[in-house]
Amino acid sequence: MKILAGVQRADEGELLMDGKPRRFSNVQEAQEAGVALIHQELNLADNLSVEANIFLGREPRRMGWINQKVIREEARRVLSLVGLEISPETILGELTLGKQQLVEIAKALSTNARVIIMDEPTSSLSMSEAEMLFDVIGGLRQRGVSVIYISHRLGEVKALADRVIVFRDGKNAGNLEREEIDHDAMVRLMVGRDVSQFYQRTLHQIGEVVLSVKGLRSVQHPKTPVDFQVRSGEVVGIAGLVGAGRSEMLAALFGAEPALGGEVTISGVEGLPKSPAEALSRGLALVPEDRKEQGLILDMAVKENMSLASLRRDARGPFIDEAKERALAHEMTEALRVKTPGLWQLARYLSGGNQQKIVLAKWLALKPKVLLLDEPTRGIDIGAKEEIYRLMERLAREGMAVLFVSSEMEEIMGVADRALVMHEGRISGEMMRDDFTEEAIMDLATGRTLKNAS
Amino acid sequence: MKNIRGILITLVVVYVITALLNDNFLGGYNQSKQLERTGLYGILSLGVAFVIITRGIDLSIGSVVCLVGCGLPWLVVRHGWHPAAAVGLGLAVGLLIGLFHGLLITKLKLQPFVVTLCGLLIYRGATRGLTDDQSQGFGNSGYEGFREWGTGEVEILGQFGLPYPFLILVALSVLGWIFLRKTIWGRYLFALGNNEEATRLSGVHTDRMIILSYVLCSLLASLGGMLFILNGNSAQPSDYGNFFELYAIAAAVLGGCSLRGGEGTILGVLIGTAVMQVLKNMINLVSWLETHQEFLIVGLVLLVAVMVDEIVKRRSAKKRII
Repeated sequence: MKILAGVQRADEGELLMDGKPRRFSNVQEAQEAGVALIHQELNLADNLSVEANIFLGREPRRMGWINQKVIREEARRVLSLVGLEISPETILGELTLGKQQLVEIAKALSTNARVIIMDEPTSSLSMSEAEMLFDVIGGLRQRGVSVIYISHRLGEVKALADRVIVFRDGKNAGNLEREEIDHDAMVRLMVGRDVSQFYQRTLHQIGEVVLSVKGLRSVQHPKTPVDFQVRSGEVVGIAGLVGAGRSEMLAALFGAEPALGGEVTISGVEGLPKSPAEALSRGLALVPEDRKEQGLILDMAVKENMSLASLRRDARGPFIDEAKERALAHEMTEALRVKTPGLWQLARYLSGGNQQKIVLAKWLALKPKVLLLDEPTRGIDIGAKEEIYRLMERLAREGMAVLFVSSEMEEIMGVADRALVMHEGRISGEMMRDDFTEEAIMDLATGRTLKNAS
Repeated sequence: MKNIRGILITLVVVYVITALLNDNFLGGYNQSKQLERTGLYGILSLGVAFVIITRGIDLSIGSVVCLVGCGLPWLVVRHGWHPAAAVGLGLAVGLLIGLFHGLLITKLKLQPFVVTLCGLLIYRGATRGLTDDQSQGFGNSGYEGFREWGTGEVEILGQFGLPYPFLILVALSVLGWIFLRKTIWGRYLFALGNNEEATRLSGVHTDRMIILSYVLCSLLASLGGMLFILNGNSAQPSDYGNFFELYAIAAAVLGGCSLRGGEGTILGVLIGTAVMQVLKNMINLVSWLETHQEFLIVGLVLLVAVMVDEIVKRRSAKKRII
């Protein structure tokens, strides 16, 4: 996709537009040809106004000065096309993520784009924002704009697409026409085999309560105390919409952003962790949501990343035990099947799935009692995804308590023994695996009714 | 070793050029003198390297040199303190200054640049107030034994010897290397310089480690300040130690420390310091180079070195991806 939009150059192959071969060596050339890419992470400047963002880098000029009048009018026009009723002078940072996304689309429209590529556009949107986006996409289609919509969320793909192309390992794995598009067909192409094997569950024994939380209040949701328990050998999923306070709850529990209050008991020992250091000494581990910012030291070796949390435990006095460190890295690389040319490789150069495995290895080295995972499979390929699900299963079987947050409904339904659903900072419901239905979870997540909650 | 190759080549080139341009350069006396200068300035560079590795900066080093450097003879000569007690206080002052900086940076979340810029002004101002802006020193006689620490050397051959400040630097470097490469604290410094949040979430007390780096930096600055005054004997509070922090930072950066944090080696910092000193020596010795052009030449060499380093790095990064 980056090649189409002129961000990267093609090594080989041909690109035809309107039947003519094209080659874009930069983003401007692609833009002029009518191709616009909307990145997963928005490429906008928070501190500038909406209109300034729309025209960033190609401000209309009159005698060298920026022509504010043209900008204002054009900004109004494209904003109305995407259904945004805001002043073009609004500072971008004041808008919600969903609206910022629409501004990005407006920006693409103002370049007269005929092909708009959207890379995981809903990954950080709330339900209503996503629906707004879908309406806009419908509008684009009527206006004759082609949309390439990249998504892991098969439900969205099914609802939106006229045609589906599935990629696996950088290759085209198959096409589906409108009438062939269904969930199982897509997954089959993605995994390369049948779906039933994808979420493979084995029976695991659920034991005693390991983690008990009462009245936990995070800084972001001070008015909604949260109570729940997790047993050993249990995999608990936390569902909910973006912004429901799930990540904040995990961060408060782990002491990453100290909680305002609450009682936490881990294996019978009471006390609220005030720092990650304290949390890990109590047997908690957190695989954070943003791997690159919070999970990894990108410019350190695989080995050094894996040993970071257990370094102190394994040290002889203040000295690093290098033999132990190497042994640990070997063991973890094999156990988790991390694909790396060597233990010295910098974490930066590994794929998302392998990076996530390194973060997991760092924690598994400590043999935690409770493993907290925040969006454990975000942005990783489907093979690694499956491996991570298997791992979660295996850890539960070995008696660990696993608590994970996920925005992917299938993931919750496929992996969890029990689901907690959060809505606006509180737990709006809880259900056991046998009662899982997509509608019931969605109802709780959107705060509609409490039917089906057990 | 890969990342110090560039600076090592720079050192050899500057060294050979100077030797070719001036006959006295290779003389025993001049070589000893250079080691002595490298020793004195190197202690400061070593200190700032710890801070730079954590992605911080310390602009107050020169003023700490001034405070402790002027304070030592002020206490010993003016107020009759025992030298050992005065040295003890000097080190304690360094430690407290570092602690102060570290606490402001970690607990109040102030920016290192701002905190230590204020330090730069405050400690110099305080020294000038304390000493009434009068020149401080040990005089011509009476403290020769004490001053040996800064002036003495282990004789090797003729006029060539290993000066004490250089030997002290070597000892500190060995300790520094063990600290950075062999202990968990060293690993934590590199990790947090690279990604503080991820390091903290891995259960490391990052605040404590950052404070430690500022303490080490100011402690070494105060030690350096004392050796400078023992070596040079007299100091003007108004300009003593001026620009020393910049020499220290320049040497560390030349030696491969990145201001983006998480990178640096002790050996590189030592060689970086040596390059700076050989350059200075060259400017002094070579007749057609004017002394007042020192900054111009040092600045240009630093710029070229950093540019070459960046280009080489990009090349090897590209190779790695393909």
